[in-house]
Amino acid sequence: MSHTIALAGNPNTGKSTLFNLLTGLKQHTGNWPGKTVVRAEGELKTDNHIYQVIDLPGTYSLYSNSADEEVARDFIIFEKPDITLVVVDATSLDRNLNLALQVFEMTSNAILCINLIDEARRKGIHIDKEELSRQLGIPVILISAREKIGIIQLLKTIDQMIDGKIQTHPFQVQYADEVEQKIHELQPKIQAIFGDSLPSRWLSLRLLDGDKQLLEALKAYIRDPNFVHSQQQLVKGDCCHGA
Amino acid sequence: MIEGKPIYQYQVGDQLQITSIKLKNVMRRRLLDLGFVPGVTIEVVQKSPLGDPVAFKVFHTTIALRKEESSLIYAKKMNREVI
Amino acid sequence: MEHNVEQKLHQLDNLFNEQENMQSDDLRDHIVSRIYTSSQDLTNKSVAYSNKKVSWLDENLDKILTSKAFGFPIMLLMLGVVIYLTIAGANYPGVVIAEAFATVEDWLTALFQWLQAPDWLYGILIEGFYRGTSWVVSVMLPPMAIFFPMFALLENFGYLPRVAFNLDRFFKKSGAHGKQSLTMAMGFGCNAAAVMSSRIVESPRERMLAILTNNFVPCNGRWPLLILLAGLFMAAGFSGGMNTFISAAVVVGIVLFGVIMTLFVSWALSKTLLRGVPSHYTLELPPYRKPKIWNTIVRATLDKSWFVLKRAVIVAAPASVITWILANIFIADLSILEHVAGFFDPFAQAIGLDGFILMAFILGFPANEIVLPILLMGYLSTGSMIEVDNLNDLKQIFLDHGWTWLTALNMMLFSLLHYPCGTTMLNIWKETKSPKWTFAAFALPTAIAITVTFTIAQIVRGLGLV
Repeated sequence: MSHTIALAGNPNTGKSTLFNLLTGLKQHTGNWPGKTVVRAEGELKTDNHIYQVIDLPGTYSLYSNSADEEVARDFIIFEKPDITLVVVDATSLDRNLNLALQVFEMTSNAILCINLIDEARRKGIHIDKEELSRQLGIPVILISAREKIGIIQLLKTIDQMIDGKIQTHPFQVQYADEVEQKIHELQPKIQAIFGDSLPSRWLSLRLLDGDKQLLEALKAYIRDPNFVHSQQQLVKGDCCHGA
Repeated sequence: MIEGKPIYQYQVGDQLQITSIKLKNVMRRRLLDLGFVPGVTIEVVQKSPLGDPVAFKVFHTTIALRKEESSLIYAKKMNREVI
Repeated sequence: MEHNVEQKLHQLDNLFNEQENMQSDDLRDHIVSRIYTSSQDLTNKSVAYSNKKVSWLDENLDKILTSKAFGFPIMLLMLGVVIYLTIAGANYPGVVIAEAFATVEDWLTALFQWLQAPDWLYGILIEGFYRGTSWVVSVMLPPMAIFFPMFALLENFGYLPRVAFNLDRFFKKSGAHGKQSLTMAMGFGCNAAAVMSSRIVESPRERMLAILTNNFVPCNGRWPLLILLAGLFMAAGFSGGMNTFISAAVVVGIVLFGVIMTLFVSWALSKTLLRGVPSHYTLELPPYRKPKIWNTIVRATLDKSWFVLKRAVIVAAPASVITWILANIFIADLSILEHVAGFFDPFAQAIGLDGFILMAFILGFPANEIVLPILLMGYLSTGSMIEVDNLNDLKQIFLDHGWTWLTALNMMLFSLLHYPCGTTMLNIWKETKSPKWTFAAFALPTAIAITVTFTIAQIVRGLGLV
């Protein structure tokens, strides 16, 4: 059986380079249904497993401000990839972690992949990955997709996670007391509707924020929990990926 | 009262602290997501040859904004020693 | 079950509406800034910056490349240098490839004679298919194999967003999106791909502008025509390095004219059919990255070579066969090709071209690459394309058919401005799903191409310059 891996990350982090490296020539590109956003997916074979790798659009956040962000968010929330690989730029970690923290609110099956590590070293940036991993509660891998550094370690971690050998407890952002209290009140109500099928803390927060667009997606989900699946038939396109 | 002045009025090299954002809706959200958050320090890095857009450094990333947006982001100048 | 769904929907709506007093810009600011401060905390605990000296270039490159004084001159210089090197470098391999094709053709001819193959078969396969393909390959491949690696280097280095940054003001004035210049840059390679890439422009209005004006950037299939005609006619009278220099200057001029036309058309559309103001946008200027030079060159060269070869076989080859057939079926004393050319001639003359040129553009609709080969096929009474072993005799063929510098100039301009190729049209249809806009993408450039060439032809002739 094949598992799914989603690649999430900011633009210009070398996400596509990593995608190309992982999937080689086994790629197809098309459109996300109903959106003019390129969808690229490919196959990755490791020693133990076969994975379907989906390259989500590069975005700065997952708050559905644009079609790109909606696509990425819907995939993580409704398609529930087995692993979400958050690709970040080692030279601007503070900005990139922003997106990672949002992902951690949505799924706990995440790996942080710090790319461009060669460039960071050249600029005198040293990243303590053990410390960061401890803080974030998930595996952290330093890689350079361009120089093919750290890829073996990455593949090993992916396999271990699928085999259930890694427990994750992703870092959760703490908000002001007033907001936390609201979340606390909302969570059971959300769970009454969705059970454990969707992340209730994240949903509570999005409701508080008044995310109308998400509300519509949730309604579609209530009507048909597979609505994303049924939408996401690959539409054949003929453009090249990552050009 | 609005503290400071629009960020496009500052000079290249100035370190600024964002005081408020007067944009609404999607553009406000986008700018927030890019790191233009009240309290955050940014730097004016480069003006384009014709003066508009202007590029700002926010969290190690250089982002260019047209005057339409940058005139609605207010900031005060920071003391160089503070940084 | 049905009831259950309705109930859940209702519950969700209620939950959402109950929160309305919380939902505000302040809460949004709070959420985002909490995430940011958390990111910063985490980073502070795990990242150390040793005080390695950041190189002077990293710090100051933008101060030069986007400066008031040097921003535009450097852009122009880069464009000029890339085109100069393309023209200067393409000459030699072009000749070598052409000679190789000619040699192989001799062998094939011998083979056909030995097999006693019928003339029509030899005609279709060798004079049509083989020569058509070899023309496209030897004219297209060398400049593309030089241009694209250089372009890819600039791209990987991170220069293109700076171009967008520099030019943004012009696009804003034209009511267009700043990222349109990035889609234009894609157009240098292939307009069809560029139309797809216009998705980076989010607002539908501005995306339409980017799509409708993209063909004003000369693509892959049109560069060789521009380069060849500039060298033969515009830089005539100069030799050696000076010839290359003038050719490059003319091609740069044509490119700039295309850019000006893009801005003008965007502006005009923004005031009429696509009325509106520029939408919000942000542009990231990523750090400069030293490209992996060898990798980039190899990859770009191979990709482009493959692209050209594929196109030569898929598009150019059948078109060559059709053209050969048209040129060899005679009605009365003239071939079908000549009849058609004769029909177009009066109109074509008015815009400074001739019937054969216009027909070549029409038959070249599937791919711009084949315009020049079809033209030559039409000119040569034998009804087949000339052998490709001597690019320099080309000029004589043109001169024999009454060409002047005006013909060359107008053919270059028509090529720059006319309707997009078949593949591009198909992509425009796919992207817009609108018959109206797809038609506009065809009609608008064509009308402009005719207007511009007509005006120039009338002025030049009126002043007695040719």
